[in-house]
Amino acid sequence: MGIRIEKVDLPGIGVRHDLVTESGRRISVVSHRDGERDLGVFDRDDPDACRDSIQLNDDEAAALADVLGASVMLSRLTSLSDETAGLYTEQIALPTDSPYLNRTLGETKARTRTHSSIVAIVRDGTIIPSPTPADHLRAGDVIVAVGTREGLDGVAKLLASGPD
Amino acid sequence: MHDTTLLLIEVGALLLIMSLAGRLALRIGMSPIPFYLVIGLAFGEGGIVPLDASAEFLEAGSEIGIILLLALLGLEYTATELFGSLKSTRAAGIVDGVLNAVPGALMALMFGWGPLAAVALAGVTWVSSSGVVATLLRDLGRLSNRETPAILGVLVIEDLAMAFYLPILSALAVGASILQGAIGVAIAVGVVSVILYVALRHGHIVSRLFPADHAEPLLLGVLGLTMLVAGLAAQVSVSSAVGAFLVGIALSGRVAAAASRVLTPLRDLFAATFFVFFGITSDSSALWSMLLPAFLLAAVTIATKVVTGAYAARRAGVGTLGQWRAGFTLAPRGEFSIVIAGIAVASGAAPELASLATAYVLITIISGTFLARVPDAAWFRAIVRRRAARAAATAAG
Repeated sequence: MGIRIEKVDLPGIGVRHDLVTESGRRISVVSHRDGERDLGVFDRDDPDACRDSIQLNDDEAAALADVLGASVMLSRLTSLSDETAGLYTEQIALPTDSPYLNRTLGETKARTRTHSSIVAIVRDGTIIPSPTPADHLRAGDVIVAVGTREGLDGVAKLLASGPD
Repeated sequence: MHDTTLLLIEVGALLLIMSLAGRLALRIGMSPIPFYLVIGLAFGEGGIVPLDASAEFLEAGSEIGIILLLALLGLEYTATELFGSLKSTRAAGIVDGVLNAVPGALMALMFGWGPLAAVALAGVTWVSSSGVVATLLRDLGRLSNRETPAILGVLVIEDLAMAFYLPILSALAVGASILQGAIGVAIAVGVVSVILYVALRHGHIVSRLFPADHAEPLLLGVLGLTMLVAGLAAQVSVSSAVGAFLVGIALSGRVAAAASRVLTPLRDLFAATFFVFFGITSDSSALWSMLLPAFLLAAVTIATKVVTGAYAARRAGVGTLGQWRAGFTLAPRGEFSIVIAGIAVASGAAPELASLATAYVLITIISGTFLARVPDAAWFRAIVRRRAARAAATAAG
């Protein structure tokens, strides 16, 4: 992978991260100390100047990152299901009153009960790929599962109210 | 009328006028500092309306203003940023100091104001205003630009240099003989070095004194420590402003972030008071005679700042347009220049120095604000592009 992100200190303001795309365009993100972000798109004629910068607040920046990041993750996952019609991936937010809160993944016995696989857990913006049965489920987790429609419905139900 | 009542009326009216001026400044995309200075000139000594009841109050407020200005400046930088800039922009910092300090010193000597005034005026023309420049960068949407780290690097070095320059100036101002002056300077530099070392290496210990989550004890604690250290620093003839700056650097992490949040409104209030008070105490009738020298000095030092900025940007590998942007953005002088002039005049340097500094700061801030926009103009870009093409053609031919 030839992607390089360059980090530059901006004393008194924050840090800037630069990304040069394969086509030669430069995108930069200025992260202010107070959490505000500026997304900058650079001028073609004057590679030192940013043509436009867009102010994003904390939530907007996180949402944009999710959109950009999630599409990559999902496209990787769906490339798997392309070959197998009828197999889907779904992101399921762990309900706050889930009986499996702070218990291990193994205790859900999700695979046995629903014939679906939990392939990743998204926690605080980071991804835990291929979690093991010993991994704990935490409040705020998003579970990424692969399976049939019914199987995925089963996982959602299982996480919400336990085995019936 | 009772004295306190009169004080309330005077200060209230003054603040209201400043607020209106500040709005006007915002509308035309300028720093409000020149407006505050002009308002100050309109009042008090040599002005239209004398302010009697509030003079003492404003004086104390302006003293707190300098301290908070510097403390928050210190809060903006972390130790790593200071050392990082020192490493990467050192050469540009030296060029900056030499090119911009010398014209000021020469002019003071030409006027025959003596060595103290020469050192002071050198400082006035040397330091760009971090506040004005940072606001400019933000307003013009240039934070992402490639020349911006070079600009900020120069500012950091100037601010750090001020930590040594201000106590030296204060020591010179106090010392009667050369020997006394030398001893004073040595003590000042020693004290600053020690505090700076403690602040940079053991800042987290200082930070632990304050609760980051509770606004009130944090506000009182940080303000108290800042004023205490500032006072003690002034006692050993290191300037109070430097003491405050060092306290700002010493605080780090969450405490620093929380402290700058609670202190910023206070800083805005008292720093504005400081600019107005400076205007009030300088004689506005003397301003007219200093206008021409101030224009001359501004023209020369804006040119030298452009050279400095261009040099710094070029070292960072930035193209011609970016070099122009860096140069023009660095041109505005501001709070430090006024602080320096204040110290020099208070210690008995030529009183015309204050008028010259006021006029100079007015000119550089106003023209700097407009000059910073020039490199974005289509005609300017066209000229730069044409010259680049011609240079390429001659190089090829």
